[in-house]
Amino acid sequence: MLLYLHFDSKTVKEPIISLTTLEKKTLINIIRGSVGGREGELFVEVDDARAAEIIDFIRSKGVEVTEIRERITKSEDCIDCGACISICPVEVFRLDEDFRVLADAEKCIRCGICINVCPVNALELPKI
Amino acid sequence: MNSVTSKTVGEINRKISEGSAVVVTAEEMKEIVEELGAEKAVKEVDVVTTGTFGAMCSSGVFFNFGHADPPIKMQRVWMNDVEAYTGVAAVDAYLGVTQISDKLGMEYGGGHVIEDLVRGREVELRAIAYGTDCYPRRELVTEITLEDVNQAEMINPRNAYQRYKAATNSSNKLLKTYMGTLLPNFGNVTFAGTGEISPLNNDPEYRTIGIGTRIFLCGTEGYVIGEGTQHAPPFGTLMVKGNLKEMSTKYMRACVFPGYGVSMFIGIGIPIPILDAEMARFTAVRDRDIETEILDYGVPRRGRPVVRKVTYEELKSGKVEINGEEVRVSPLSSFSVAAEIMEELKRKIEKGEFYLSAPVKRIPVKSEFKPMKQKEIVVVKNLMSEAIKIEPNAAVVEASRTIIEKNVNHLPVVDSEGRLKGIVTSWDIAKAVASGRIGKVEEIMTRDVVTVHPEDPVEFAAEKLKRHNISALPVIDAKRRVLGMLTSEDLSRLVAGR
Repeated sequence: MLLYLHFDSKTVKEPIISLTTLEKKTLINIIRGSVGGREGELFVEVDDARAAEIIDFIRSKGVEVTEIRERITKSEDCIDCGACISICPVEVFRLDEDFRVLADAEKCIRCGICINVCPVNALELPKI
Repeated sequence: MNSVTSKTVGEINRKISEGSAVVVTAEEMKEIVEELGAEKAVKEVDVVTTGTFGAMCSSGVFFNFGHADPPIKMQRVWMNDVEAYTGVAAVDAYLGVTQISDKLGMEYGGGHVIEDLVRGREVELRAIAYGTDCYPRRELVTEITLEDVNQAEMINPRNAYQRYKAATNSSNKLLKTYMGTLLPNFGNVTFAGTGEISPLNNDPEYRTIGIGTRIFLCGTEGYVIGEGTQHAPPFGTLMVKGNLKEMSTKYMRACVFPGYGVSMFIGIGIPIPILDAEMARFTAVRDRDIETEILDYGVPRRGRPVVRKVTYEELKSGKVEINGEEVRVSPLSSFSVAAEIMEELKRKIEKGEFYLSAPVKRIPVKSEFKPMKQKEIVVVKNLMSEAIKIEPNAAVVEASRTIIEKNVNHLPVVDSEGRLKGIVTSWDIAKAVASGRIGKVEEIMTRDVVTVHPEDPVEFAAEKLKRHNISALPVIDAKRRVLGMLTSEDLSRLVAGR
């Protein structure tokens, strides 16, 4: 499950991800993040089965957690050219046996690189 | 050739009118020939349909808008702010698919105007003129639809490329090209063309595809009107035409390649008459037999280096190996739409709605694609100056002395075999002295050096100097041996005269 974590001026200084890993004995995959002086944000991936307790734990440390369900969407405009396939860092796109482009949106980490690469504007990343 | 197993286009057309012609797609034909052999396949199959659907930049539409009152001899004309060429008769103009909008830039271009017209939308037509006795009007603004124009004839100078070179990128920056977005450090490969189902790969001798061949073009009937520009088999191309008013957006789509511009996906299907065993063998071609090369777009030269040879089978598998690593591949042509085109054309022929035509003239099988005739191009080695080198364990004091004696600002630091290890500048030495670090050169040198190669064009070197905000580049060979230096002073000689 993909989570968006927002750290305020206080929590941004604390090693909350490491703390969660140690306390909950779980692996957290950091997808991307940015840390400024007064706040920070992270996109992380956590174990689906234990998501609820991990979210509770992170929230208990004062971090705002949003579960991200909005992944890449592909419209009817897609012409199955496959320009997106080799660009996506997590292999969301592939051609099926009929050479149609399939999007396994569950894998999407919202990096957005595919959106500009699509020659017919068929990809969209819904706002969180 | 066995006369029993040969037929003419006329005989095949008769079968089509009787509803007895056997039509298969190029995909199906591979299996049939594999199973029966070419000799038997001729008896079984009359027509093989082929298809391709890819971005074809050399495409556009000739319009005749009809005359205004008072009449105008258009000098410049725009359709939805995209300029069309009107250096022909008064109200004729050619709109190319890659022309970009004066207002929106790369977001919208000729391809989009053409698609909007086919979708039935209104397009703003704006023209200016110098005014003549016969054509007094100087300005015109109106709204038109596809129905309002007299002719809208799609005429594409270069379509249906037989095969393409595939693309990758060895450089360390992301490239935005007509071959799509290329990730740094061989991050991906892109290719175009549909390989074994592509029309020209199924008639490599151009026996049945020539001037006058009736084809499927963007949903309607079109014609081959000659060899395409840059035609050079096995990288052959076709010039084609068809009536835009009859076309469907299912088989034509405007597109944008970020950083490159606008183009248009064009759908072409060509029926190939199976006249004899040779044609059956040609149409049995497989992706594994169709070879091309992966070129390195990281080198901004006409002669882009070949990274490796590759077949369409490997490209279509989605992964190729480069330097021992697996690299993901994006096709840029749509195999699914190409397959729909083959099926649609097959259906039309079976229903007697589409007849074959034999070429009225063959197009050349051998043709040369020459580079542009240019004035001498200046490369780095024509301009570079001698490099004053220094060794890593030399003293900073010695470096400062060399800089003064030789009157230079940059010293490439090289090992005993002349290979580049770093660079020291007069500024580095000033900084070292100011902070009391007057030990060895290797302690103060910059190790990550921006370099050029002797055959790079000077424009490329100038761009590097600007991008990195520096004033000199060591010129190195493939083994990183320093051959010279190219400084901004060397470049200024180009302007000031040598």
